[in-house]
Amino acid sequence: MAQTYIGASIKRREDIRFITGRGTYADDIKLPGMLHAAILRSARAHARIRSIDTTRAGAIPGVVWIFTLGDIGEMAVPVPMRMYKIAGLERYLQPLLAQNEVRYVGEPIAVAIAESRYLAEDALDAIEVEYEDLPEILDVTAALRDDVLVHERTGTNLAAVHEIHVGDAAAAFEKADYTRREMFRVHRHTGNPLETRGLVADFDAGKRQLTVYGMTKLLHYNRQVIAAFLKLPEHNLHFIENDIGGGFGIRGELYPEDFLIPFASVRLGRPVKWIEDRREHLMAANHSREVSCELEIAARRDGTLLALRAKIYGNMGAYVRTHGGLVPCSTAALLPGPYRIPNYECKIHCVVTNKTGMGTYRAPGRYESCFFRERLLDMVAADLDLDPVELRRKNLIQPEEIPYEIGITRPGTNPTVLDSANFPSALNRALQEFDYSRIAACQGRLENGRYHGIGVAYFVKNTGGLEPYEGAKVVLGDGPSVAVYLSINVLGQGHETAMAQICADGLGVPLEWISVFHGNTDLVPFGWGTFASRGTVMCGNAVHLAAQRLRQKLLLIVGEQLSLDPAQLELHDGNIHQKGSRDPVLDLKNVLAHVRETVRVNPGEPALEETAYFNSNQLTHSYGVHLAHVAVDPETGVVEILRYMVVEDVGRCINPLLVHGQAVGAAIQGIGGTLFEELVYGENGQLLSTTFRDYVLPSSTDVPPIESVVLEEAPSPLNPLGVKGAGEGGIVGTGAVLANAVSHALSSLGVKVTELPLSPDRLRALIRNHTARRA
Amino acid sequence: MKPAPFEYFAPEKIDDAVELLARYGEDGKILAGGQSLMPLMNLRLARPQVVIDINRVTALDYIAQGADGVLAIGALTRQRSLEHSAVVKDHNPVLAATMPLIGHFQIRNRGTIGGSLVHADPAAELPAVSLALGAEFVVKSERGERVISAEKFFLGSMTTVIEPTELLTEIRFPRWRPGSGWAVEEVARRRGDFAMVGAVVWLQLDGTGLCEETRVALFGVEDRPVRIVRGEQILLGNRPEADIFAEVAEVVAEQLDPVSDVHASREYRKEVGACLTRRALQTASGKVGKGVDP
Amino acid sequence: MSMKHSVRLAVNGALYERLVEARMTLADFLRNELHLTGTHLGCEHGVCGACTVLLNGNAVRSCLLLAVQANGAELLTVEGLTAGEQLHPLQRAFQDRHALQCGFCTPGFLMTAFAFLKETPRPTHAEVREAISGNICRCTGYQPIVQAILQAAGETATDKKRDIPKR
Repeated sequence: MAQTYIGASIKRREDIRFITGRGTYADDIKLPGMLHAAILRSARAHARIRSIDTTRAGAIPGVVWIFTLGDIGEMAVPVPMRMYKIAGLERYLQPLLAQNEVRYVGEPIAVAIAESRYLAEDALDAIEVEYEDLPEILDVTAALRDDVLVHERTGTNLAAVHEIHVGDAAAAFEKADYTRREMFRVHRHTGNPLETRGLVADFDAGKRQLTVYGMTKLLHYNRQVIAAFLKLPEHNLHFIENDIGGGFGIRGELYPEDFLIPFASVRLGRPVKWIEDRREHLMAANHSREVSCELEIAARRDGTLLALRAKIYGNMGAYVRTHGGLVPCSTAALLPGPYRIPNYECKIHCVVTNKTGMGTYRAPGRYESCFFRERLLDMVAADLDLDPVELRRKNLIQPEEIPYEIGITRPGTNPTVLDSANFPSALNRALQEFDYSRIAACQGRLENGRYHGIGVAYFVKNTGGLEPYEGAKVVLGDGPSVAVYLSINVLGQGHETAMAQICADGLGVPLEWISVFHGNTDLVPFGWGTFASRGTVMCGNAVHLAAQRLRQKLLLIVGEQLSLDPAQLELHDGNIHQKGSRDPVLDLKNVLAHVRETVRVNPGEPALEETAYFNSNQLTHSYGVHLAHVAVDPETGVVEILRYMVVEDVGRCINPLLVHGQAVGAAIQGIGGTLFEELVYGENGQLLSTTFRDYVLPSSTDVPPIESVVLEEAPSPLNPLGVKGAGEGGIVGTGAVLANAVSHALSSLGVKVTELPLSPDRLRALIRNHTARRA
Repeated sequence: MKPAPFEYFAPEKIDDAVELLARYGEDGKILAGGQSLMPLMNLRLARPQVVIDINRVTALDYIAQGADGVLAIGALTRQRSLEHSAVVKDHNPVLAATMPLIGHFQIRNRGTIGGSLVHADPAAELPAVSLALGAEFVVKSERGERVISAEKFFLGSMTTVIEPTELLTEIRFPRWRPGSGWAVEEVARRRGDFAMVGAVVWLQLDGTGLCEETRVALFGVEDRPVRIVRGEQILLGNRPEADIFAEVAEVVAEQLDPVSDVHASREYRKEVGACLTRRALQTASGKVGKGVDP
Repeated sequence: MSMKHSVRLAVNGALYERLVEARMTLADFLRNELHLTGTHLGCEHGVCGACTVLLNGNAVRSCLLLAVQANGAELLTVEGLTAGEQLHPLQRAFQDRHALQCGFCTPGFLMTAFAFLKETPRPTHAEVREAISGNICRCTGYQPIVQAILQAAGETATDKKRDIPKR
């Protein structure tokens, strides 16, 4: 049967409500009797709380309640770790509200509930907190000395360690002709979705049902945890996403507010809304990327890579959050990249400091490891007098070696296996599309006062898996119409359209018949969520399975009804045909009416629906190449990107429009993070980046057009659709490629980048230091 | 981020505004374009008890060129009006060229020249331009009017000589000398952002090609715009050429005592201050004698 | 301090009158008093542009205006772009070009683009990029937004009747 919708660039149906201003984001929800919450947050990086006086605040007319941890009493639990629970991390979980001690600027201390947000903030102003300052520690190196402890009772700031051993790195290093060691650092930054976090919790005391709007990412898991906390049955909680203004990994993980706001609603018996403001978001929502790495490489003189040895340090912040050790561990997981490096040893250190907690941000750990590895490869190429592209090409894993087992590079016992790839082909395609051989002639050239540089970076990214399943329910209704219910939620990626395409092809009906429902724990009882680019891989396959099964069921029913062999029937475009004939045998409307009334196929089952779960705990890997051509003004340190290209193999493309959209959006985010953004802490542990004037996001005039090339050369063998996730590949290589390009541009000035961001100030410092060293 | 409570007045006449200032000035703030004050109020970094909204004092919104060539601009004149004004384009090309650097067009739709000057953000363009062009500010209170030169106006970060009970009513730019060369250069993190470092220069040559008058001012580098007087002195009496510019740049690097912040270090500001001055002087000398629209 | 001020204004052609505190921002007024929630808040300090509306024909950041300042004014918000069931060419172009993903920044971009095209009906690519540089998008990378605005410019420049949506 010819596929008609999968692979087509269908315009998004969800757009209508967004372009007419009729989306429903958390702050758009208004319920009768709704109250507004504001959170009092710590103004100190590390201090004991001697007292909290809410008397004046509580007396303000319109302020309904102010509560602290004491009011939660025995119900209080710490925010749990969900994954990467490396032994030791469990000692550093975050309490819902600080009681005796605060450990980062922004830590929640109290919640004020009032008739309006304005009044709630007035209440915050009137709450008096007496702090007794304690010394703070911000930097990983200093923290490792353990002379200032973030959590005194643990006795150490080294929260956990994890080791990876593949092959025999020690031996390889000993025998190697050539080795090199460097220290690399990626800076703290984060995703900043344009909509800040927000929740509306609505407890119906009569029915003992709680509805929470604005929850996302992991609805079922989050519901389980909050239900346990509130001592309510799981199914009495309804988590509904509605529309979400971006997530990028930051939104949807459990934070203290996800407990506090439902708690307030239950206690007060009224709806409570909490909308985070931007200042809060910058200091309280997950930070990411602050990972440093001492990386050593061993090779032969001809450039054959032999071994990698790494010490990775993740600055976890003051508390370990839901992700556990994910960020530093994910940095280690794919550090070897697409290259054949038989020996790999890594020691991962999770270190706490008095900063905001660290969590996932689009391609967590992979942006970092790509930067570390690809920078080092360029250095190796220079040392060994090899062309940087040829060095990479020489070491790429070949198609005949696929599937390629890298080794056990993640906690647990599952080896990391590159399931499907043609690495050389993607490289060739990238070089060709970019016209690399011609442009590389600019390398290091000074033109009109600016130095030019071309950079290359190869990336691999795991997608799918992580949690073992997702589900979908497909239901036929009057019209005819089809409802697709997803176990996942949507943060703007276009799943409403992509899933409809998959269902249309799987079931054999026109796209217009299909409505997609998502982001509601009541739709499909079991599910995990949208993260790690697993939405299409996991839920898309579930949709396809359910649709195909429903199709079979319908053919069975019609066959029985008309005394025809179902094996000789087909359903496509919403019509049932005999094979080989164009004439519809039966209108689906008749089938529906018939089945609804008579209950065929299986006794008691109206048979107009089918639920399927797609199961896979294996990761499938997308991969590709980033290329960039930059011009750097050596006097001001300003970088202009003249050309930027992302080449990515996604296995199979459901909707090219959406996939390109992800690649371009991700690349711009990565460029912004690499050139402009940084979460800066000052003296006394104050977060200095608390507004968009300090935390600089890229705008339209700061970024180049992104050339995006999508390949489908290596479909995934791990799922029936052959798809890989496409949400993150565009960001993974951005730090690496720009650092390589800038290093090439400024090589005559002796600049070699080992740290990000590539801000004007830092580049000037690199140039200045080198000039000083030479003088 | 919601503002703290305040009392609100919206006078329509200058005298009413002045009277309100006399009564509430100590506890109050003037609200003009709001593009600087409102963010501070939303963040609760500014908590005036009284807000005197002068947006309805339309008598303060004008651009007028006097017979003596002085360009008089009402304090409430929107930045966009200045951007699109033919009068400004013809009679003050530095001001005209600076306007598009300020924020974005949505900000310039509301932001006023007076507001920007009184807010005195050290990284803002208009204070530096007013310093470089020798502007004068007319300030009114119940006690009367006074005229203050730009030189004396800016005291420090977000601080001017204006008293809480005074209202800036007019900004006067001296007659523009046709044939002057000028340039505005800045390095900002993004287009439209406040500058990390900026330079405004203009120069006038005599009949023999020697510099007879000049101004060099930098912004974004210290707590207020700075004039590099020693640098100006080097230019005077000399041909505007690369080696002279290099000397001036050295003076800039020596004289500046810059701040360090999240965007740029002290060293950066010194070096780039010098560099931008050099580039601005180069550009300015290229414009000499070419009329207002090069 | 909790004294209320009267605000009378027209929004998308309809007249409204309310009593509000002076400190209520125009954005909150539109969203919470008039229930026009299409205008969004992304930063509340004038950088992201998600709150952009037209005030007396000019694009402004509604988070930096007080509701009382809009007394007597005429406002246009994203809800006013659609004329009945008909999408404005800008709205259609955004969909055509996949110029939105999460949609949160979209109303701000639409209003900015609408104001811009009124003044510059036949812009160049560079002019469009400049015009939208005061609006932040985290999802799309801006390219498709520029394309959408150019597409709409091609349509509205030749169709004068579409300049101001009529009720």
